[in-house]
Amino acid sequence: MPDQKGIQNDLSRLDPVFAEYEGVYGSLISILQEAQEIYGFLPDDVLARIAEKTGNSIAQVRGVATFYAQFRFAPSGKYLFQLCCGTACHVNGSRALLDVLESELSLTDGNTTPDGLFTLNEVACLGCCSLSPVVMVNGEVHSSMTPEKLRALIKELSSQG
Amino acid sequence: MKIIVGEGSCGIAAGAEKVYSAIEKQLKKTGAKAQLGITGCLGMCWLEPLVDIYDDSGALHRLVKVKESDAEKIAAAANGDICAVAQLEIDPEDAKFLEQQTRIALRNCGICDPMSIDAYIERGGYGAIKKALTEMTPEGVIEEIKISGLAGRGGAGFPTWFKWNAARTAMGADKHLICNADEGDPGAFMDRAVIESDPHTLIEGMLIGAYAIGASEMIVYVRAEYPLAVVRLKKAIEDARARGFLGKNIMGSSFDCDMRIKMGAGAFVCGEETALIESLEGKRGMPRLKPPFPAQSGYKNEPSNINNVETFANVAWIIENGGEAFSALGTPDSKGTKVFALTGKIKRGGLVEIPMGKTLREVIFDIGGGIKGGKRFKAVQMGGPSGGCIPEALLDTVIDYKKLAATGAIMGSGGMVVMDEDTCMVGMAKFFLDFTAKESCGKCVHCRLGTKRMQEILSRIADGEGKDGDVELLLELCAAIKDGALCGLGQTAPNPVLTTIKYFRDEYDAHISEKKCPAHSCTALLRYTIDPDQCRGCTLCAKKCPVGAISGELKSAHAIDTEKCIKCGQCKSVCRFGAVFVE
Repeated sequence: MPDQKGIQNDLSRLDPVFAEYEGVYGSLISILQEAQEIYGFLPDDVLARIAEKTGNSIAQVRGVATFYAQFRFAPSGKYLFQLCCGTACHVNGSRALLDVLESELSLTDGNTTPDGLFTLNEVACLGCCSLSPVVMVNGEVHSSMTPEKLRALIKELSSQG
Repeated sequence: MKIIVGEGSCGIAAGAEKVYSAIEKQLKKTGAKAQLGITGCLGMCWLEPLVDIYDDSGALHRLVKVKESDAEKIAAAANGDICAVAQLEIDPEDAKFLEQQTRIALRNCGICDPMSIDAYIERGGYGAIKKALTEMTPEGVIEEIKISGLAGRGGAGFPTWFKWNAARTAMGADKHLICNADEGDPGAFMDRAVIESDPHTLIEGMLIGAYAIGASEMIVYVRAEYPLAVVRLKKAIEDARARGFLGKNIMGSSFDCDMRIKMGAGAFVCGEETALIESLEGKRGMPRLKPPFPAQSGYKNEPSNINNVETFANVAWIIENGGEAFSALGTPDSKGTKVFALTGKIKRGGLVEIPMGKTLREVIFDIGGGIKGGKRFKAVQMGGPSGGCIPEALLDTVIDYKKLAATGAIMGSGGMVVMDEDTCMVGMAKFFLDFTAKESCGKCVHCRLGTKRMQEILSRIADGEGKDGDVELLLELCAAIKDGALCGLGQTAPNPVLTTIKYFRDEYDAHISEKKCPAHSCTALLRYTIDPDQCRGCTLCAKKCPVGAISGELKSAHAIDTEKCIKCGQCKSVCRFGAVFVE
């Protein structure tokens, strides 16, 4: 059955994951993490399949998945901006960076731009506090960010498409 | 000659991998004879990228803020001209940062190659577990830890020997030793540095703990936001297994023990030990009622012991050098050393490991160099969202579990965020409540609703809608939440509010009664005005204003319509005549 966007996901891609964690106690979160690696997020049909194969109800699986900030339930944009909002970054100006994302892209926490290019997640702390404020873009850390540097980065990524 | 590039997460974020590649290229090009390698995080983060050169006589030349373009100079040094890198060498004033420290937990960080088990062994690694297995009984190991006075470095400060003993004596054949590498406190990165830079010290410390309590399984719960730490730890585990330091019959003894990594998925509450266990079991990370304690009933309801990364990082050193050597450092109530992540408005930000007993002033001013940008110190936040803000008047407080608790703050995991005159303390309290309200697991009413209500009140105050009685209401909520919350997250969530009210009451009063933010930080309370005497009427601000709030003729003084103004600050940033004021 298709997922919430009407897309038929290839659920057989989950088979190696189920094989790996067969009989392993307490592996639901690990399975969800690997599923998100495969599909980019957790579509409804994937969650249903995981529920079926792990002997849990869909409610139980959703209950675990929605508890943790790492899990996404909609596709993220091409560029995932994880903006650190930890204490050191906050003190050193992360608010100004959030304002830039809002003014330049109308982008707020948890959302994706209509063109599908950018997604923003405010994260608690990336542990690069001495280089604050910090933004991670698709896993790459950009340190000592300023509003100007962020605007330049957005421009560069937008032009790449 | 050896050339070592610092590659912890901070170094890499500052460009260390590119510097490494550039040096590699230049060495090849010039045919210079030098060994090129990497190391982890030295903790001098404000100077990254760092490159250490050991010349042929073994003398160290520490190069700082190294750029890719400096690779040529480094290759020249490798070819015999060490003066080529003279300009890059560390300033003696900056070098004092490290010289004033006593490194036990961080003893190998930034010195040896984290990807090499041989580098660890060369520095005495795996000697302590060998000593424990061949010369000591599990009880003897626990006794040595007791003598050392080692207390949990994750924040609770509970005597480590006691927890180990409780797990040792608990009923049950299958026991688990768990490392809490969740490090959720924003502003803390000590554990990340240890795992990325010295993963074997964690393995060895845990092995000693597992031997002591009788566990055959060790699990490291690492937060999802530390991918490099996971990569390095995985390699270290594989290498340790290949050498017979993990698995069956470790080092030829009858002790079997293996290790695996479990990734967190983004939940601050999973730093609480029972919530962590729930997460290990694939469930929502909601804390359990204690008792029973994990030592009796933990993972899979079997005896389990959970300790923080930094706690384990001290263990091998203690067994090697003896408990007394550790307890010779520190204060009567707080033995040994503690690692702090010094960040915020500080000149020299990074990792500081010092014996307990130094004062906050010594750490912030002598080691950290004081406030950057010539501003005035206002407060230091210790212990993350569970901690509190300590004002200038208390800077001579000694770093000690009890003395810090007396201020209303806590030692915590070691995050030390320094704030200056431009930081609004009401805003900081709101910041922490935004965090804890979001991270509250929701299980108990006091935390779930209490943090939400405190967050709402603080938001109203910061937005200029504070009412008389708000502070009293906050204090009442704080007392109730402390009393009724199920776990440490809820019980300590009021601390930032309590300490900011205690030490910065005047700021709360200004926000509520005068609708002013003394630090000029809370956006809603800012008023942007143009000084007509300074304004040249260049119209730049009017053009930049996104809401058309500025009016004025060319070459005449402009004015801001405060009703329309959204306080974005663009006018102030474009004005070349300093005519825009914020109050």
